[in-house]
Amino acid sequence: MSILLDERSAVIVQGFTGDKGTFHAKQMIAYGTNVVGGVTPGKGGARHLERPVFNTVKEAVAATDAVASLVLVPAPFCADAVMEAADAGIRLVVTITDGVPAQDMMRVKRYLWRYAKERRTRLIGPNCAGVISPGRAMLGIMPGHIYTRGAVGVVTRSGTLGYEAAAQMQALGIGITTSVGIGGDPINGSSFVDMLALFEEDPETEAVMMIGEIGGPQEADAARFVKEHMTKPVIGYVAGLTAPKGRRMGHAGAIISAFGDTAAEKAEIMRSAGLIVAPSPAELGSTVAQVLARMPPRLVMVAR
Amino acid sequence: MDIHEYQAKELLSGFGVRVPKGGVAYSADQAVYRATEIGGSRWVVKAQIHSGARGKAGGIKPCASEVDVRQAAKQLLGTTLATIQTGPDGLPVHRVLVEEALPIARELYIGLVLDRGRERIVVVAHPHGGMEIEEIAQREPEAILREVVEPAVGMQAFQARELAFGLGLAPSQVNQAVAVILGAYRAFRELDATMVEINPLVVTGDAQVLALDVKMSFDDNAMFRRPNVAELRDHAQEDPREAEAAEHGLNYVALDGDIGCIINGAGLAMATMDMIKHAGGEPANFLDIGGGASPERVAAAFRLVLSDKKVRAILVNVFAGINRCDWVATGVVQAVRAVRVPVPLVVRLAGTNVEEGRRILQESGLPIITADTLADAAQRVVAARQAGRRSEGSA
Repeated sequence: MSILLDERSAVIVQGFTGDKGTFHAKQMIAYGTNVVGGVTPGKGGARHLERPVFNTVKEAVAATDAVASLVLVPAPFCADAVMEAADAGIRLVVTITDGVPAQDMMRVKRYLWRYAKERRTRLIGPNCAGVISPGRAMLGIMPGHIYTRGAVGVVTRSGTLGYEAAAQMQALGIGITTSVGIGGDPINGSSFVDMLALFEEDPETEAVMMIGEIGGPQEADAARFVKEHMTKPVIGYVAGLTAPKGRRMGHAGAIISAFGDTAAEKAEIMRSAGLIVAPSPAELGSTVAQVLARMPPRLVMVAR
Repeated sequence: MDIHEYQAKELLSGFGVRVPKGGVAYSADQAVYRATEIGGSRWVVKAQIHSGARGKAGGIKPCASEVDVRQAAKQLLGTTLATIQTGPDGLPVHRVLVEEALPIARELYIGLVLDRGRERIVVVAHPHGGMEIEEIAQREPEAILREVVEPAVGMQAFQARELAFGLGLAPSQVNQAVAVILGAYRAFRELDATMVEINPLVVTGDAQVLALDVKMSFDDNAMFRRPNVAELRDHAQEDPREAEAAEHGLNYVALDGDIGCIINGAGLAMATMDMIKHAGGEPANFLDIGGGASPERVAAAFRLVLSDKKVRAILVNVFAGINRCDWVATGVVQAVRAVRVPVPLVVRLAGTNVEEGRRILQESGLPIITADTLADAAQRVVAARQAGRRSEGSA
């Protein structure tokens, strides 16, 4: 098992025929993702990458039974694309787009709540690298080859720091069930807590690594959730020890503006909640390895 | 993005928020003209910089005559004002706001923020204005009033009334305060603000409710649809290197250390800086070159990092996902040939086509120190900086 996504998930791409849509759809198909088509308004009826193009997400869902969508449209149109997918009944929307206005995200999240829980859309992103279940499927823009299939769940705000973690783990022979980039914006579709809850339920995931950043309450919320609800070990890291107060460090959400926003404070909150905090970003993989080595052995079926 | 107080007041008054009579001036003559235009016999001349705490730094001058106004404007214009918030370097004063001075009976606090935890606009009010909200939160947290706005319908009048009555305003003042709060909310919503602070909101001696000082910040991501706000940007209030970086699509933040950093991705950049600190060094900057690292962009990054004269060594750390290491390496080699790099340079590449990338660096014949891992890269750049300092010392 993995979370969110596997090789059977039928996926569409919104912004399919654009440069980015084309490039990343090709990469996802090559990785083995079940890409069943895409949406570009005005290009419906055409074929692209040997797959059908639709004018609307509703048409795409009706024709393909797609359950997941990758949104690769420019920032001004991103909120609209996510709401369209939600209204069409897509269950998982991943949006890579960087630069989405914060108030758009506020409205999108409110919009998602109008649907009953059974059919509500889960949004990942924006401003993230996407989701990968190594060896199964990829819904994102990450380099697939740095991920090995295995038993550790990864959830991270940053894309490239997530790559760093995956590569360190791969070098030590540690694999990943699913890696989720939740994005670096102040308001994002899914939180650390949302993903930790899924990893806790996933029978194949034995431990979880969560990689946070300065700014916002999400890491502290996650630490509290780990303490109260998780049985699996969680390895944490928070980037941005050297960040000064009040300066935005690249990501729209990476800014120290309130008490508890700094990397040191967040790491301390994590430690006191029972997380194992990696001493440096060069020891993300080795800290996971130590935790796994301490765990009691258990039999796990690993499909090859 | 931040704007000046007088600009924020102009914007808010367009949404029905009452502000004191006043106007901006770029010279002492203009300041005097503004004062006569406003009328009365008492004014305040306020330095316009992107910072609060201006009063304590001498940036707000009460005046009882036109001679005083001229004198105050002369004293402020063309100087640099350092507040607790700006740090010792301060910010240049090119404009002053001249306003009528008002008899003040009460000072209140109103703030609107985009609350990250609740994912809603939250309106905060406090019966004691004039202080920083952090200070209020520490001293009297129980007196803070909050209204959370439901995004589907927006702020309702009853919410503003609850705040106004909660502040202990007289019934005759409540309607005025409601107009201010709802106006500020509409401005926040319709202009894509991230923060509106009215501090203080004052009740005057004759029971008028006005916004005496106003601060507004906006969502950079939304400026594409707010051209009338975007044009209020004042580059003189920004770090020139950060402004230059933005023009090249780079994200740069100057810091105090001496190891220059060129990295792809904000999270990896922060982590690399952490690693430099861990290895005993101090980063000179945060710099995210983003996804597509073209040779031009890498060259611009080198120029930017080297424009900081404190820099004693540079670390390039690129984890190529969509990028390929061979492209990045080619970019680095071209950039180093185009820009003279007078300090030790450590390059760490990882990800797609890493072997090819390393080969290109080695075959370039340039004095580039390569590293394979993040730990390795940080240790080498710290060591290279120390070696550089030693040779400098002996010269």
